[in-house]
Amino acid sequence: MIHLDINGKRHAVDVNPDVPLLWVIREHLKLTGTKFGCGIGMCGSCTVHIDGKAQRSCQVPVGDARGKKITTIEGIPEDHPVKKAWVRKQVPQCGYCQSGQIMQAIALLSEEREPDEEKILNAMEGNLCRCGTYPSIKRAIRLAAREGRKS
Amino acid sequence: MSRTITRREFIKKSLAGAGLAIAVSVTPSGYRLLSASELKKGAAPFSPSIWLQVRPDNIVNVVVNKSEMGQGVFTSLPMILADELDADWKQIRFESAPAADKYKDPARGMQFTGGSSSVRDMYDPLRKAGASARQMLLTAAAKTWQVPINECETINGTVTHKRSSRTLTYGQLSAKAAGLKVPQDPPLKDKGMFKYIGKPLDRLDIHAKVNGAAVFGIDVQVPGMLYASIARPYAYGSKPTSFDKDAAMKVKGVTNVVSLHTGIAVCAKTPDAAWKGRDLLKVSWGKGSDPGMNDETLEKRFMGDLGKNGLSARNDGDVKAALGKAARKAGATYVLPYLSHATMEPMNCTAHVGPDKCEIWIPTQNQSGVLRLAEKETGLKPDQIHVHTTYLGGGFGRRFETDVLEEALKISKAVKKPVKLIWKREEDMQNDLYRPANCSSIEGGLDENGQLVAWSHKIVCPSIFARVFPERVRGGIDPAAVEGLENMEYEIPNLHVEYVRIDTPVPVGFWRSVGSSHNGFTVESFVDEMAHAAGKNPLEFRLGLLKNHPRPRHLLEVVAEKAGWSKPLSGAEGRGIAQVLSFGTYVAQVAEVSVNRKDGMIRVHRVVCAVDCGDVVNPAIITAQMQGAIIMGLSAALREGITLADGGVRSSNFDTYQILRMSGAPEIEVHIVKSGEALGGIGEPGLPPVAPAVANAVFNATGIRLRRLPMKPETVLEAMKKT
Repeated sequence: MIHLDINGKRHAVDVNPDVPLLWVIREHLKLTGTKFGCGIGMCGSCTVHIDGKAQRSCQVPVGDARGKKITTIEGIPEDHPVKKAWVRKQVPQCGYCQSGQIMQAIALLSEEREPDEEKILNAMEGNLCRCGTYPSIKRAIRLAAREGRKS
Repeated sequence: MSRTITRREFIKKSLAGAGLAIAVSVTPSGYRLLSASELKKGAAPFSPSIWLQVRPDNIVNVVVNKSEMGQGVFTSLPMILADELDADWKQIRFESAPAADKYKDPARGMQFTGGSSSVRDMYDPLRKAGASARQMLLTAAAKTWQVPINECETINGTVTHKRSSRTLTYGQLSAKAAGLKVPQDPPLKDKGMFKYIGKPLDRLDIHAKVNGAAVFGIDVQVPGMLYASIARPYAYGSKPTSFDKDAAMKVKGVTNVVSLHTGIAVCAKTPDAAWKGRDLLKVSWGKGSDPGMNDETLEKRFMGDLGKNGLSARNDGDVKAALGKAARKAGATYVLPYLSHATMEPMNCTAHVGPDKCEIWIPTQNQSGVLRLAEKETGLKPDQIHVHTTYLGGGFGRRFETDVLEEALKISKAVKKPVKLIWKREEDMQNDLYRPANCSSIEGGLDENGQLVAWSHKIVCPSIFARVFPERVRGGIDPAAVEGLENMEYEIPNLHVEYVRIDTPVPVGFWRSVGSSHNGFTVESFVDEMAHAAGKNPLEFRLGLLKNHPRPRHLLEVVAEKAGWSKPLSGAEGRGIAQVLSFGTYVAQVAEVSVNRKDGMIRVHRVVCAVDCGDVVNPAIITAQMQGAIIMGLSAALREGITLADGGVRSSNFDTYQILRMSGAPEIEVHIVKSGEALGGIGEPGLPPVAPAVANAVFNATGIRLRRLPMKPETVLEAMKKT
């Protein structure tokens, strides 16, 4: 049994410690907002927060996540400024990569309250979007940063 | 995902709920509107396609027969209906239609999503469906109040009788309205009266796609389901010679090993066990059908076939004579690669085949194909097959194919349980049906005034239609291969288009904007070459070739003005222009680039886009589609191309098949030109112009003409060396 702390809830899963965290989250715990894209850490669709840092959950063996605080898209409140900015800027098209994009953006803004263009690109470069929503993502991040500054 | 409902359930629900339901039925001569009670009688030999329900709680439910893959149909299609209904937008809900012949696109006789057809084809039927329901609700109110119908009016989901200050909601009227006859030719609004159509309304699916709740195919959970993973050969045509079934079966959780036409499937209670079992199969694979095939051998074949005589797809004037007489001539050869769709959601399907029922959960663009294949595989009747279309994590034509469904059905049939089949990224990339590689040789001739008078174009290209719609290959000509050539609008008196079909082991399929994705590049690049040969400004040269085509002329003028075509550049080094008509929509783009002479990197600073798709339903969605198509087109132009080696596809994941990342995305400006002409498509037409606009800008910046995609740094450096 592996015990996990996900979105503030304790879960016990009977699974090999070498199974990627992504699949435990998605298929064992049915938190399917986190997506599978490539399995090699090249697309960012599976991004979650582990102890507040953005991580590719396809690259993290579930055993390594024991005792850590894991947050998935389902654990982000509806009124979070980044989610709100994503709605305001109508970012998603197909939507598949967006959980990962949002998790990456939240991690960025928690470290950099007002990221400039270069910092945004550095943080977001690992998150692919085949629909080409990159310009909207940038606008949403800037909006979330502005809103964050106000509050 | 909104839960889909069957026709039977729908009728039951609507009658029991006493709501008003309208169906649109496809008939040989078009479509007809039906009420739920008519449907129940089964009297109508028609097939309903799009439904709306007005429920007693005032919720208006629109059943959408097109798949949502990012292009916004779950918003734009309900908008059309809601407008004619005078519905309250806040009360609009949507559902994905089940797969049934009844839900066919009335214009194309298939239930599918593709060809940028959704809004174009469903515009009229949905307007009529909304208007009919509105008419029935008005009638119901007039009858209730015993007043003349022309004293009643509909406002925002209600009917009001002003003289007596009485109002009833649509929900309150729905039971009475349900009993009325459906008017077949309800009055439609004048365009000026539209309330929703033409407005940038927010997407109805936005929240589900921001909070992780949207259910894509890969997210489907069915009680008792097994996970399946397939071991596949690397080389085309290779078959297994041996494998270790016992080793796979020993893995905890593995339940079955099933031999398939495409490989060996391992089923297990968890996905990790399925993958582990798959890897332990240690399959030995036999030789492929063309084990020596690689990028070089294929290119040699394509180029060699340029020497063959092709089939004539279009022949205006006498191109040979005109070229003979031309004051100046130029010729060029263009080469484009196979492209992967690389949808972010890898291929997947969940299927449960039972003795008298089959359920399928699939992110598909092709419900008709799914249904047909399920009938064939299961032997069941269409009404025993229930297809749930989930959200699609990208489609781009890939999800028109039913290959993953065939595997899921066969596996489920063998193990007699629900099965979720997930392809890994490597399987997805190496087992795609690619955008065809192709090459074109073009010769152009100018008269003494520098006017383009001759264009001879030969394309060597595999045929998509030969596999998908063989009946639409007329006289041996693949319509996709010559799309954008045989319908080229440039006024060139002597124009010959020749098609040489080439068959290779590499399967090809529809890829966003299909033939226009490559022919847009070759045509718009070569027009630019001829403009320079004529010593003319590429914009003026194009305008001179479109004297009788006001729409693309105007669009070019708009994009040039918005981009500051005649003004000096700031930041960028070169500027290029291109315009392509595809899927009924004109798009013109200007790209601004700079080129790093040392490493060969092209940087695209800015793309200005003008689009004329006739009428506009949702300008925000149009803008988003243009933006997305420009980025996908740029990704193909600068990065993408499948590499082949040893008889198979070597590209396997996003490390070996690079797609554009955020840093490569330019600033994009979109200008919508409302011509009021017939509706054009929106999902695809934004893509074709960007590659040639960039290549033309590179020429403008450096004098180097890039005739090969992708324009990778090494390609650019090599081209620079040559000049």
